[in-house]
Amino acid sequence: MSKNNDEYLIIRNDNKYEVIIGLEVHAQVLSESKLFSTSSTKFGSEPNTQVSLVDAAFPGMLPVINEHCIKQAVKTGIGLKANINKRSIFDRKNYFYADLPQGYQISQYKNPIVGEGSVILDMPNGEKNIGIERLHLEQDAGKSIHDIDPQNTLVDLNRSGVALMEIVSKPDLRSLDEVNAYIKKLRSIMRYLGTCDGNMQEGSLRADVNVSVRKKGDKKLGTRCEIKNVNSIKFMQMAIDFEANRQVDIIEEGGSIDQETRLFDTKKNETRSMRSKENAHDYRYFPDPDLLPLELNDNYIDQIKKDIPELPDEKKKRFIEKFKLSPYEANILVSDIDISKYFEEVSKKSDVKLATNWITGELFALLNEKNIEITESPISSKNLSKLINLIKDGTISGKIAKSVFEIMRDGDKDPITIVKEKGLKQQSDPKELENLINKVITENPKNVEAYKSGKDKLFGFFVGQVMKNSNGKANPKLVNEILKKKLN
Amino acid sequence: MSNITDLKLVELVDKIKKKELSSIEVTIAFIERSKKSKKLNAYISENYENAIKKAKIFDQKPDFKKKLPGIPIAVKDLFCTKNIRTTAGSKILENFVPTYESTVTQNILDEGGIIIGKLNCDEFAMGSSNETSYFGNVQNPVSENLVPGGSSGGSSSALAAKLTPATIGTDTGGSIRQPASFTGTVGLKPTYGSCSRYGIVAFASSLDQAGPMTHDVKDCSLMLEIMSNYDTKDSTSVEFKRENYLNNLNENIKGKKIGIPKEYRVDGMPKEIDELWEKGIKIIKENGGQIVEISLPNTNYALPTYYIVAPAEASSNLARYDGVKYGFRSKGENLIDMYEKTRSEGFGDEVKRRIMIGTYVLSSGYYDAYYLKAQKVRRLIKNDFDEAYKKVDAILTPSTPSSAFKIGEKLNDPVSMYLNDIFTVPINLAGLPAISIPAGHDKKGYPLGLQVIGKAFDEQSILNIAFALEKNISFKNNITDWWIK
Amino acid sequence: MTIDLKTVKHISKLSRISIDDNKAKKLGKDLNSIFSFIEKLNQLDTKNTEPLTSIAETTLKLREDEIKSENIREDILKNSPDKNKDFFVVPKVVE
Ligand SMILES: [Mg+2]
Ligand SMILES: [Zn+2]
Repeated sequence: MSKNNDEYLIIRNDNKYEVIIGLEVHAQVLSESKLFSTSSTKFGSEPNTQVSLVDAAFPGMLPVINEHCIKQAVKTGIGLKANINKRSIFDRKNYFYADLPQGYQISQYKNPIVGEGSVILDMPNGEKNIGIERLHLEQDAGKSIHDIDPQNTLVDLNRSGVALMEIVSKPDLRSLDEVNAYIKKLRSIMRYLGTCDGNMQEGSLRADVNVSVRKKGDKKLGTRCEIKNVNSIKFMQMAIDFEANRQVDIIEEGGSIDQETRLFDTKKNETRSMRSKENAHDYRYFPDPDLLPLELNDNYIDQIKKDIPELPDEKKKRFIEKFKLSPYEANILVSDIDISKYFEEVSKKSDVKLATNWITGELFALLNEKNIEITESPISSKNLSKLINLIKDGTISGKIAKSVFEIMRDGDKDPITIVKEKGLKQQSDPKELENLINKVITENPKNVEAYKSGKDKLFGFFVGQVMKNSNGKANPKLVNEILKKKLN
Repeated sequence: MSNITDLKLVELVDKIKKKELSSIEVTIAFIERSKKSKKLNAYISENYENAIKKAKIFDQKPDFKKKLPGIPIAVKDLFCTKNIRTTAGSKILENFVPTYESTVTQNILDEGGIIIGKLNCDEFAMGSSNETSYFGNVQNPVSENLVPGGSSGGSSSALAAKLTPATIGTDTGGSIRQPASFTGTVGLKPTYGSCSRYGIVAFASSLDQAGPMTHDVKDCSLMLEIMSNYDTKDSTSVEFKRENYLNNLNENIKGKKIGIPKEYRVDGMPKEIDELWEKGIKIIKENGGQIVEISLPNTNYALPTYYIVAPAEASSNLARYDGVKYGFRSKGENLIDMYEKTRSEGFGDEVKRRIMIGTYVLSSGYYDAYYLKAQKVRRLIKNDFDEAYKKVDAILTPSTPSSAFKIGEKLNDPVSMYLNDIFTVPINLAGLPAISIPAGHDKKGYPLGLQVIGKAFDEQSILNIAFALEKNISFKNNITDWWIK
Repeated sequence: MTIDLKTVKHISKLSRISIDDNKAKKLGKDLNSIFSFIEKLNQLDTKNTEPLTSIAETTLKLREDEIKSENIREDILKNSPDKNKDFFVVPKVVE
């Protein structure tokens, strides 16, 4: 049974079930003010302090759209290689809920701003294309708080009206790994574009997960269930895992799946039907009469296209071609915009190969250990490139460089200063090295004998001794050369 | 004192500017008369004390450049007014005090106007007789137990009874023009997008427009000038050149082509209405206007279309009244129970009926058959007018198919009540401007109105035509002050 | 077409307006008379007619991305039925 890679198959009584997944990702648009009002979108403020009369749906209040949010949606659409619709319509999605002050959410239904597109995933067995169905703009709801007051639910409308992009994938995802890769890729693209910060802890990226199963080989899709509002990749995977198995169990027992909305309970690790809330779902969508259709012209779209930065897929291609990186290395370095920025800064001033190794090796280990982002790295790209240059020009060995790195990590000290202060400069004077080597040879006559009689492996022993006597500062390349001459 | 309230708006403005009258004199005169007129039930909320304070302040430092220098004015209670209770005629907003001002009332304040009170109206403007107000019926000053029309019934009553020198209403399907017609006053519904909807309690967003209600066309021009502006807070507000309507007012209609739509000759229309229409046609001709027979073939479909579009939008617009943020709340065992009880007790029957109609026509399986269909027919209706305006400058029709009726007369027959708006509704669907002016009386002595419909944003033309008609009709409203003992 | 009692109840549920059986019956009657009057629209052929979604003769107005509203929490909560100074309060919602 494999949940990962190519496909997630569930085997029950010799029946193989394929798991089909589609995601509706809600990405918060990076903007100062809300989609239809001028209040701030800042995260983490005191409750109800970022609520305007429009956000709280006071009588007579009207929506006026934020142009920047439109631009952000178009940008994202371009990043998803999608069609930008020149005419889109804002609709009202009507339902009652405590944190939905208008009694409707302004969303886009039949005519979204962005149409079909695609995202490429780099999976171990090669690339996989995931279709994008659409992207539309909509308002976020407020927040219901159930655990402060034992008798009541409290409502905070700070989020009410914040712009979201709902990105709907086609049911193209087939495994938990693909879900992981898809979310990460979407996040990466939006961060490159600056359209969403992708901060999952703060809820900037959430997803409704659509899951269905079908017997392997079947062409027709099974009935799907939608699991609402899951806010981490881990929970998405757990929810899919539970839900797919639940569906297989029902089918195996001769039952059928009801299309419904479910909730993922993170404590019990299970999905649960939301029908208990007597939710007769009938959203009664209709065009919002307070707004007009949104018309975009070619000029507007072209102008945005001009501002689109190099995106991960193109960057990866360039890294492979220009820097001769392996696809694996390139993938890692483009996966996040900040990593790629750091890499490009280092590699601009120093050797690309070494930069790749040092960033993906030592630096990542350090970030991991400290559990921090590359933007918070204690070692600046400038100093890392200096360190790499010291290795490249022979001033220090790779081994010394590691101890210099250890010193740098506490306070981003200039590696040139460290080498100078600690006297770590590599010994490259042939005369001095010869003295060191001669000393080792005279002190170890037996090993010299053994080496000469064919014990080649002992060569490493001599190198090690020389390095040890030089406190690691001897230039290993020269030591090798001179030793070979002396011993042969 | 008593003759102050007999003055028209433009006359009052003039007298204040000439320092023949002070703001306080005028304000007190209208307040005093309002106090004596409680029987009409025109007011929902009074703002007398505050208004007197404002009038005194104005007189201390009068600014005669303002268009409404210290003029008292009562407004329909559908406009949100800062620190003055705003109910929309509903129990659900019985205690709602806005912290903000609607754009239209702000414009009035900015020109020196003083708000003396909030006028009764049908609940959420849903009604044609002011009988759906939570705050009770309004009497038509024309005769006892006669409806003043609706939904701006408090406004038409207060104006006709001279409790306010002018007023403002909102018109979604005729709510300014029909009450104006029922009370012998002038009412204008501007082009959709002329007056901002910001701060007006919404009924049907794609149809609602605020407009002036006045004693004559001059006053109407002045009020429109003040009310109308381009407002960035309303996405449907339109940026167009607004005229100095009063300055440009001109009774010369020579060469104007006026259309007479044959479809407005409906079956069973009282003879008096027909005669009134003929009178209007005659005046147009005598003044050098040209009468052109036109056809608006889809007129018959306007009411059914309206009774899909308006309730649909209303059902959504009124979802915000849920007992959570403001207004009435009924205790419930849980959230849904609270919603259902709040809305059931907070809304009156007509509002509930329309919310249900609207919910139904939008619900899954019915959207295409009703709502989408209505939107398509709405286009046909608009196309009718577009076609007509290739041939004519304006259109003349009666304002209503009958004069005012008795309170309670049509209460149990919603469809017959709806038929009242048959001549006004098509204009809202097409987003056009139209004015109703008093043009005569029926045999019972109740006023009747004529309606002039214009091209989009061509309010000046219909004001001018109405001005010419007014001069020649010289209508007299024979109101006897029967309600004042 | 007639609207039966079950439909009336369903619409009332969707509208979040509770009604008892008597009211539902009366409402059903009203709705049926209104809808029989609305049915007239079916006489019209609208196959090739585009729906009219907005009557305003203008294009969608766009706003700059600026924060203009400050903290007006007091104003926002002033009219709320439950006098809490930080939050709106509703009966406990159980999910
Ligand atoms: Mg969803
Ligand atoms: Zn969504």
